[in-house]
Amino acid sequence: MHTKRLGGLALGRLALGRLALGRLALGLAGALALGACGGDDGTGNGGGEVSQDTSQASGEVTFWDTSDATNEAPKFKELVARFQTARPNIKVKYVNVPFSEAQEKFRTAAQGNSGAPDVLRSEVAWTPDFASTGFLADLTESLGDTGDYLETPLSSNQLDGKLYGVPQVTDAPALLYNKAYLDKAGVEPPKTWADVQSAAEKIKSVNPGVQSAIFLQSGGYFSLPFIYSEGGDMLDVDAKKITINSPEAAKGVHDAVDLVKSGAAKADVTSDSYNNMMKAFKDGTTAMIINGPWSVADIKTGKAFKQTGNLGIAPTPAGSSGKSGSPVGGHNYVIYSQSKVTDAAAEFIKYMNSAESQAFLARELGLLPTRKSAYDQADVKSNAEVSAFKAVLDAATARPWIPEGGGLFAALDTEYPKALSGRSSPQQALDAVAKAWKSGVVTDYS
Amino acid sequence: MTTTVTPDAAPARAEGPPGRLRRSWDKYWYAYAMVAPVVIVLGTLVFYPLVRGIALALTNATNRNIGNAVIPARYSYVGIDNYTRILSGEDGQFYPVLLRTLIWTASCVVLHYLIGLTLAVMLNREFRGRTVYRVLLILPWAVPAFISAFSWRFLFNADGGMINTALGWVGVGPVEWLGPTNTVLVAVIIVNVWLGVPFMMVALLGGLQSIPLELYEAAEVDGASPWQRFTNVTLPGLRSVSATVILLGTIWTFNMFPVIFLIARSNEYAQILVTYSYNLFYNGQLARSAAYGVIILSMLVVFASAYRRVLRKQGEVW
Repeated sequence: MHTKRLGGLALGRLALGRLALGRLALGLAGALALGACGGDDGTGNGGGEVSQDTSQASGEVTFWDTSDATNEAPKFKELVARFQTARPNIKVKYVNVPFSEAQEKFRTAAQGNSGAPDVLRSEVAWTPDFASTGFLADLTESLGDTGDYLETPLSSNQLDGKLYGVPQVTDAPALLYNKAYLDKAGVEPPKTWADVQSAAEKIKSVNPGVQSAIFLQSGGYFSLPFIYSEGGDMLDVDAKKITINSPEAAKGVHDAVDLVKSGAAKADVTSDSYNNMMKAFKDGTTAMIINGPWSVADIKTGKAFKQTGNLGIAPTPAGSSGKSGSPVGGHNYVIYSQSKVTDAAAEFIKYMNSAESQAFLARELGLLPTRKSAYDQADVKSNAEVSAFKAVLDAATARPWIPEGGGLFAALDTEYPKALSGRSSPQQALDAVAKAWKSGVVTDYS
Repeated sequence: MTTTVTPDAAPARAEGPPGRLRRSWDKYWYAYAMVAPVVIVLGTLVFYPLVRGIALALTNATNRNIGNAVIPARYSYVGIDNYTRILSGEDGQFYPVLLRTLIWTASCVVLHYLIGLTLAVMLNREFRGRTVYRVLLILPWAVPAFISAFSWRFLFNADGGMINTALGWVGVGPVEWLGPTNTVLVAVIIVNVWLGVPFMMVALLGGLQSIPLELYEAAEVDGASPWQRFTNVTLPGLRSVSATVILLGTIWTFNMFPVIFLIARSNEYAQILVTYSYNLFYNGQLARSAAYGVIILSMLVVFASAYRRVLRKQGEVW
């Protein structure tokens, strides 16, 4: 045993003479030094500046798309392919990043200044957050011609008078319903939460496959239609005040809890709730859900919607105030501030976000354009889903676009399920949200 | 042969420090060159993050003031403020999460050990198809953790998951396994036990096979019952293996991240210290997250040294 080990050592000593080792060390150092110098391919501006005229730009642009990988991404890829044909001197590297991971992934990459994409499809609430921490390039010069965009989606890109992105898509959750079920029960799409209550019994009694009239998912974002419908809001930005635990907001959550308690609604309070809701609606075991235009393409693959036109879209029901409230959401195209190919990236965004491209996505996927001119195109006008959602959008509630906005939903995601399942009262749950926001998200609010 | 590698350090030492250093360098420079990559890699991968984490825990850094290539850092030194807020219970989370971590660690390790030992004893004898059983029992260990985690999520799904379907057959109403209650902790413990038993089983099986058969024969001749043979031969024979695997198991379970992260996500009823600290980081509370990290590290260091002392008293050497 001993001799064996010693023998090995002695052998190693012989083989690796001084010379050989010295060369090895040199070689290693050389390889490390070489690895450190990255090549900068592509022409044009770098380092956060975007030229006014980018038409001659070239280079390789990495694009992180956060659209749904199965239903939406193929159409985005098709747009990218069209751009490649139109502009062969700009090479686009398309990467689909799951929406739920993209915010943290981009932040980590940008913070470490390595691996961040040149172009990101950024959710509206993330955009002011990323812009305020210096991760986004100022596009005021290059993409500043914003007259064609709808006001609310555009405003999520503006911070301190500068433009940090352009709105790619806008959305607002609506009440989605199974027309066949409601027709059979002889009920109109409910206008208020109370209507949902009264329609529920009829829907269930005549449609034996239906287990719940409405399926509520427990993500914090989906508490907003309830909270808004009673006149509540998350924050009062002007007064710097947290309003999520106001009596109005609590009343809104109460509306949701009442639906669950009365048996009209099924609430899934697990982390699978979104998928379970979609499955129930697609399979036809629930008659109504609240969801946005992004889900339309997926819903149409379900067996309950094989028949064209079975999907009904109506504004989210109103609360006792008679007002319906749905949060405006959406996504923006932004450019990473340290990108080496900002000019090419701007060219890419111009193409991806043209009225034609937006109309293409509206036609294929039912996504809502952010350009006014896109709505004038014939095939957008004739798209039933888009016009139904447009009506919802026109009545929707704008959310406060503040840099801290990206961090608001974590606490709501934790507390809203507790209220829905009756483990805390609406007021207790919202008080806990307010406390968490005060201690970690909007610390300077009262 | 031996003489070639025994360092003749004695004369070198006599010449005093400078000469010794010099000679040591001349003689062993290649040894330093050989360990340099390891030192550099460990330095960058372990020591730098550790020191940075400890330093960060003394500040008020969040992901909004940490600074980056574009924006200068705006966070400042706040001393032990983070620690006082955590340890005084002011943040309202530390003690509940710590208690849950202890419940989680204790129940996982106890179940791992008991089930692992039972299976190891059962497999440690000749019977038909023993290899097949061994392979089947090791499978959970061989499957990548995220695949098993996602499979379990499907099983636990409240709507039509296999577990609830099976419970339905015996008339137990659907359990919301992954909802906001303590049942989620039961769910993750079940998964972690399933994942961790194979390791215990393999380690203990190795230990069992190293116990000399003569001891069992002698015990049998002396008229010891099977239970007596188990408690007086098997268990003492397994002592050193058990001590090591229990220590390892405790540290692994205490820091078990993937199971909870992949199955319970951010469900607060399943958060243990490491996942809670991760969530803080994810939500931008960098300094508080770092302080939690330092606290977790200190706990494990104290635990490991206390455990070692106990073992040394019992005469174990490692």
